[in-house]
Amino acid sequence: METVLARKRAAEPHAELQPVMKMASVNKSFSGVQVLHNVNIELYKGEVHALMGENGAGKSTLMKIMAGVYRPDSGSILYKDSAVNWPSPMAARDEGISVIHQEISLSPNLSIGENILMGTIFPRNKMGFIKWQLIYEKAEAILRSIGSSLDPRAKVSTLSIAQQQMVEIARALSFNSEILIMDEPTASLTDKEIEKLFVIIDDLKRKGVAIVYISHRMDEIFRISNRFTVLRDGKWITSGPISDTNPDHLVKLMVGREIKDLFQRTYADTAVTTKREPVLELKDISDKKTVKGISLRLYPGEIVGLAGLVGAGRTELIRAIFGISALSGGQIIIEGKPVNIQSPSDAIGYGIAHVPESRKEQGLFPNLSVQENILMAQMHSYRNSGILQYDRMSQDAERFIMDLGVKAASKDQNVMGLSGGNQQKVVIAKWLSIGPKVLLLDEPTRGVDIGAKTEIHKIISNLAEQGLAVLVVSSELPEILGISDRILVMHEGKIRAELSRQEATQEKIMYYATGEIK
Amino acid sequence: MQTNLQSAGGNDQLIKKKLSYTFNQLGMVIILVLLSVGMAIFAPHFLEMSNMLNIFKQVSITAILAAGMTLVILTGGIDLSVGSTVALSGVISVLITNAGVNPIIAMLVGAAIGLAAGAINGYLTAVPKLPSFIVTLGSMTYLRGLALVISGGYPLVLTNETFKFIGAGKILGIPTPIYITTLVYIIMFFVLKYTMFGRHVYAVGGNEEAARLTGIKVERTLIKVYSISGLLAGIAGVVLAGRLFSGQPTAGIMAELDAIAAVILGGTSFVGGFGRIQGTIIGVLIIAVLNNGLTLLNVDSYWQKVIMGGVIVAAVLLDRIRNRRRR
Repeated sequence: METVLARKRAAEPHAELQPVMKMASVNKSFSGVQVLHNVNIELYKGEVHALMGENGAGKSTLMKIMAGVYRPDSGSILYKDSAVNWPSPMAARDEGISVIHQEISLSPNLSIGENILMGTIFPRNKMGFIKWQLIYEKAEAILRSIGSSLDPRAKVSTLSIAQQQMVEIARALSFNSEILIMDEPTASLTDKEIEKLFVIIDDLKRKGVAIVYISHRMDEIFRISNRFTVLRDGKWITSGPISDTNPDHLVKLMVGREIKDLFQRTYADTAVTTKREPVLELKDISDKKTVKGISLRLYPGEIVGLAGLVGAGRTELIRAIFGISALSGGQIIIEGKPVNIQSPSDAIGYGIAHVPESRKEQGLFPNLSVQENILMAQMHSYRNSGILQYDRMSQDAERFIMDLGVKAASKDQNVMGLSGGNQQKVVIAKWLSIGPKVLLLDEPTRGVDIGAKTEIHKIISNLAEQGLAVLVVSSELPEILGISDRILVMHEGKIRAELSRQEATQEKIMYYATGEIK
Repeated sequence: MQTNLQSAGGNDQLIKKKLSYTFNQLGMVIILVLLSVGMAIFAPHFLEMSNMLNIFKQVSITAILAAGMTLVILTGGIDLSVGSTVALSGVISVLITNAGVNPIIAMLVGAAIGLAAGAINGYLTAVPKLPSFIVTLGSMTYLRGLALVISGGYPLVLTNETFKFIGAGKILGIPTPIYITTLVYIIMFFVLKYTMFGRHVYAVGGNEEAARLTGIKVERTLIKVYSISGLLAGIAGVVLAGRLFSGQPTAGIMAELDAIAAVILGGTSFVGGFGRIQGTIIGVLIIAVLNNGLTLLNVDSYWQKVIMGGVIVAAVLLDRIRNRRRR
């Protein structure tokens, strides 16, 4: 009901005005992959503009271009009626464009005051020494103006995440911004703090600041925004006044994607009907931060998709199962026996394999060959009185390379010479080498081209047919829908819905993932 | 997804950067050959058999230390304490020999002291995750201090002939330290290539996070690596005491820096994961040939240091430029 009121409030006082920022036909590619295609956005003074889209739709890239972090490959940026091409983020900031990042980017070892004024020229006396008193006074004034009672002399490291978020906001305001970009500013705030933030936003609107607001929370969007823009797969879909839309409509605009190009698993219902004993069972497990009381059962031969937005706790859940982060409660049961998993090597001992979220940081050994990357988890089985048997290692490595169709010049090639898709196959091969019972996959096809994606989907599907239990985290809905037998949707650390393959649709998943219970 | 692609791109850059830190080993072989040819031309005695054996004997301490240092640097760490370990091991093993302990046992005690010192370094680096630079800077100082305390600051004269043999003896006309060094390198080559531990060293050095997620016991691997470095320093200390006929509390000062220089000249990357023990041999030999050649050429010993340092920087720089051009 609130939203109705909010929509009424969001009249359009700017229709006749010129936009303060107008980006048109912006294109951007990274290493040959185009992530923005002819994207447009217009911002008016004193509006809150909701920028909407799924994970990976191109929101962050667009905002980084607006703020001078990236340069567009082509397209125009008109700021206050003149064409601009920021040479650096500092240049954009000096002209009045500030960003409040999703990740906090403060220096924890410095004081609040220094962090707020960081990037401005510190006041100095004639000798060139910094006038600390003045810094703290300035910082204090900014803090008070947003209703914060923090002491500018305190160190940032002593603050809670929410308090740090307030310091971020204060810093952004210290630049007298005309455009303020807020990327998920409420992600780590409590309800009370969110209310405070909204008061600040209202105040900024009155002062004529244009605010870009990125959030997945529909209630917030409809409460504070005036207009919206939807991006999907790097393309501009539509823009308009928020009063012309509703949550259902927005979700449709965000997800309306074709699934037909992707691999569809021809899954055997037998896997579901012959459910004997779950190979992995979680009972009410929580970690110390994100995961809150998750229970699930994973049966041999099935693929379970774990959907949700970034930050919903999917990766954290997988990391907790694999013993990377500690549990604060609950029980993990493997083949009917409660187990105590303290480390990845414990998890591996129970037959759990884990393909991590970021291949390069967590999966690969960039200094080693394809063969060694494949066999590294299983080295101990190639020893004969302590001596590694290279003959056997070569044979097995070649077999995995063949089985998974890894395209490599040779097994001795350095793994970094492979394409992303083939690197990912190497990581999967590493886990198959241990003969696992449970395979945890975190974004298994991220940064992989469409051809290799389909091949990886086939590999995963074949593994399930051979009796492996698979849990897949993916932010790509078509992928989740294409390979899963069942889909669990997470939101804020909890499982909000379990959908069978038949009943799952992109829209349904998005409703649960955004916490918009229908 | 776009931010992900971006970070992937950034990582490629990082890896390229990593690779560019590793110096081409062939390049270093060429530098070694050129240096040797130069010395052979200008210093007539350079190529004589007795001089060659002398080179190898003199460099044996640096060589033994560099073998352990290679392991440590492969994991992305550093061990500054090996020079002090040399002194402590030498002092204690001589002290107990003089007190009547069987010299073989005394030498083993010297090696064991190195092993223990290394294990402590490894534990502190691996478990509370202190930076190895700081841990070993500390142990460098306290181990040296212990050597001075135990010896009272004076060299302890070694009279036992069995003990002397390990540093100054000859078998078939070849000095004993050369056998020991050769054995160390053969074992180290074997360990790195043919044992699981050796491959785990590369895995931990290449990507510690991935190693942990692969189920490798990273802490255990690191403790072993520093223990081996310490053990080899302990052995080097015994050999040096045998060669000098004394346990000297000031032995091995700056020896860690020669060892590090040899490893780096040998193409092992400071960022970890890239490098080979064969390269370290080349690095050790470059340092040895320079030292010996400059002495034969009657270069003032103070100037030798200046030249030595300059050559190390120049060799690494040259190689870096060569590598960059090839890319």
